[in-house]
Amino acid sequence: MEAWLDFEKPLIDLEKQIRDLESLADAGHPEIGEQVEKLKRIADKKRRETYENLNRWERVQLARHPLRPYSLDYVSMITSGFTELHGDRLFSEDKAIIGGLAVIEGHKVVLLGQQKGRDTKENLSRNFGMCHPEGYRKALRLMKMAAKFGKPLVTLVDTPGAYPGIGAEERGQAGAIARNLLEMSRLPVPILVIIIGEGGSGGALGIGVGDTVIMMEYAIYSVISPEGCAAILWGDRGKAKQAAEALRLTAPDLLQLGVVDGMVPEPTGGAHRDPRAAAESLKKAIVENLDTLARTPIPTLLKRRLEKYSSMGTYIE
Amino acid sequence: MNWFRKIERGLSRNDKRDMPDGLWRKCDGCGEIIYERVIHRNNWTCIKCGYHFMVSAREYISMLADPGSFTEMDSTIRSVDPLNFRDSKKYTDRLKSAMKKTGLSEAVVTGTCDIGEHPACVAVLDFKFMGGSMASAVGEKVARATKAALEQRRFLVIVSSSGGARMQEGILSLMQLAKTSAWLARYADEGLLYISIMTHPTTGGVTASFAMLGDIIIAEPGALVGFAGPRVIEQTINQELPEGFQRSEFLFDHGMVDMVVPRTKMKKTLVDVFDFFGDIEKQVEEKQKPAILKTPPHIEVRADRGANGPASGNRE
Ligand SMILES: [Zn+2]
Repeated sequence: MEAWLDFEKPLIDLEKQIRDLESLADAGHPEIGEQVEKLKRIADKKRRETYENLNRWERVQLARHPLRPYSLDYVSMITSGFTELHGDRLFSEDKAIIGGLAVIEGHKVVLLGQQKGRDTKENLSRNFGMCHPEGYRKALRLMKMAAKFGKPLVTLVDTPGAYPGIGAEERGQAGAIARNLLEMSRLPVPILVIIIGEGGSGGALGIGVGDTVIMMEYAIYSVISPEGCAAILWGDRGKAKQAAEALRLTAPDLLQLGVVDGMVPEPTGGAHRDPRAAAESLKKAIVENLDTLARTPIPTLLKRRLEKYSSMGTYIE
Repeated sequence: MNWFRKIERGLSRNDKRDMPDGLWRKCDGCGEIIYERVIHRNNWTCIKCGYHFMVSAREYISMLADPGSFTEMDSTIRSVDPLNFRDSKKYTDRLKSAMKKTGLSEAVVTGTCDIGEHPACVAVLDFKFMGGSMASAVGEKVARATKAALEQRRFLVIVSSSGGARMQEGILSLMQLAKTSAWLARYADEGLLYISIMTHPTTGGVTASFAMLGDIIIAEPGALVGFAGPRVIEQTINQELPEGFQRSEFLFDHGMVDMVVPRTKMKKTLVDVFDFFGDIEKQVEEKQKPAILKTPPHIEVRADRGANGPASGNRE
């Protein structure tokens, strides 16, 4: 799929040029070798310059990159076994969220993840990763299963937001999310949340309350999409770039604001440039955090979880 | 001018705040011109068509609390500007003008009071303060009111009117959903009763947290209540919304609220529920009886070791 972003394109072209020259060199033109080395140095410099100086709007583009690994991609790369479970037992099966029993380096966990589609057809069934109430209720059903059997809960957040539609409102979108926030705040098992791509407001938080919340390096997490914010506050969706800057929605921003506990490094250029390396990095972070959480008694976890959320926000009195 | 001052003196400070434009008001529901004091006496609803006027947080409290029983708490909590946020205006300027306009320090007023002689904690959002939006300060005040209700064993009543999270505080405002919900979980764990009242309009983050978590959820007639705003939904699905969509009666028909109650009957409805559940002390005694008496025999064993895991005890 050709889906490169504007600021990626020059690098991609350069890399292709290098590969072409390299195969030429291999084919018996050793004199090209020097030229290849020079180009590689230029590419390295350009790569560093590009990714060290990304603005927030460019990071939003990376978080939404059409080639970015999604929940099921990571599941296939980080678990040694995954049994997917389906349905909310009330209304339907919401394919915008996946859930099941996963084994990650010997840790048996209940895993939930919002799931975007890779192409138009898949996006129709996945609804672009935007859950209906039944998605949140399926998630809650599996959370309770985790609690019943004492298994940690791992959630992968990747959604533009909860779906704003007629059926979603009729079936209680707000109440479904609210219920999850309440239940997750007291779920008596360790909860590890990872924002892997887009953390879209309440739709993300609906599976995003936990003991430890971490973010992939180029993920974003925001109270509203930059476009939505721009439309309301600037009266112009085109001001999304300014809104993205103002909202402070990148992983380093959220670390600084104390909303997330850690950042998972991604390969240079983002997870989609090397999905295996990204998955390894994610797996390492999951295992480390699960090890730590597993050592903490549940009552202590619950007490700390309440303290964690109690301390969020800035005000004076 | 003398006659005007005389009438003005007869009104409380709060009344004045709600009636800056003279003594007659046109009803937005039926168009009738009505003497404002008549509307006021009718709990700010139209005597002709029942239309519910928007009221301030303090006004709403005065309609629920027994006279003289309200004590405000955390009135000094104020918002700051953690992101240094600026769109067409600076967030700090928006805050200043909201304070000036409403006379409030933030978009929620909290405190303790008696309602029909039952001890209660109340939190009432004020839409006129930046659309009743959920700032860090708002979340903090609601969480503290919940905590106070828990510690003092009071009923909890939250009256919502809100456009959702406050964008100017970014992700920190989103976290207030988790904060308030977490405290409501602790409150619920103590077997205490929370009534949520939703007024026009209640949308976004407030519905996706405390407004939809009441043991009993009440909506005022005709209030717009929903997760997503109607405009957002229309743009997403690219079609017009059905008549009455996301109004209280629509939510009632879909099983999302217990009752649609006009403001004139709101206090009586609360008192009836509080009377039924009795005073909170009695409830606590009830809760402290050995759990085994309340547990059906076939799940006794599971309840003893905590059906939901090690820390949950027999909470459920
Ligand atoms: Zn009227």
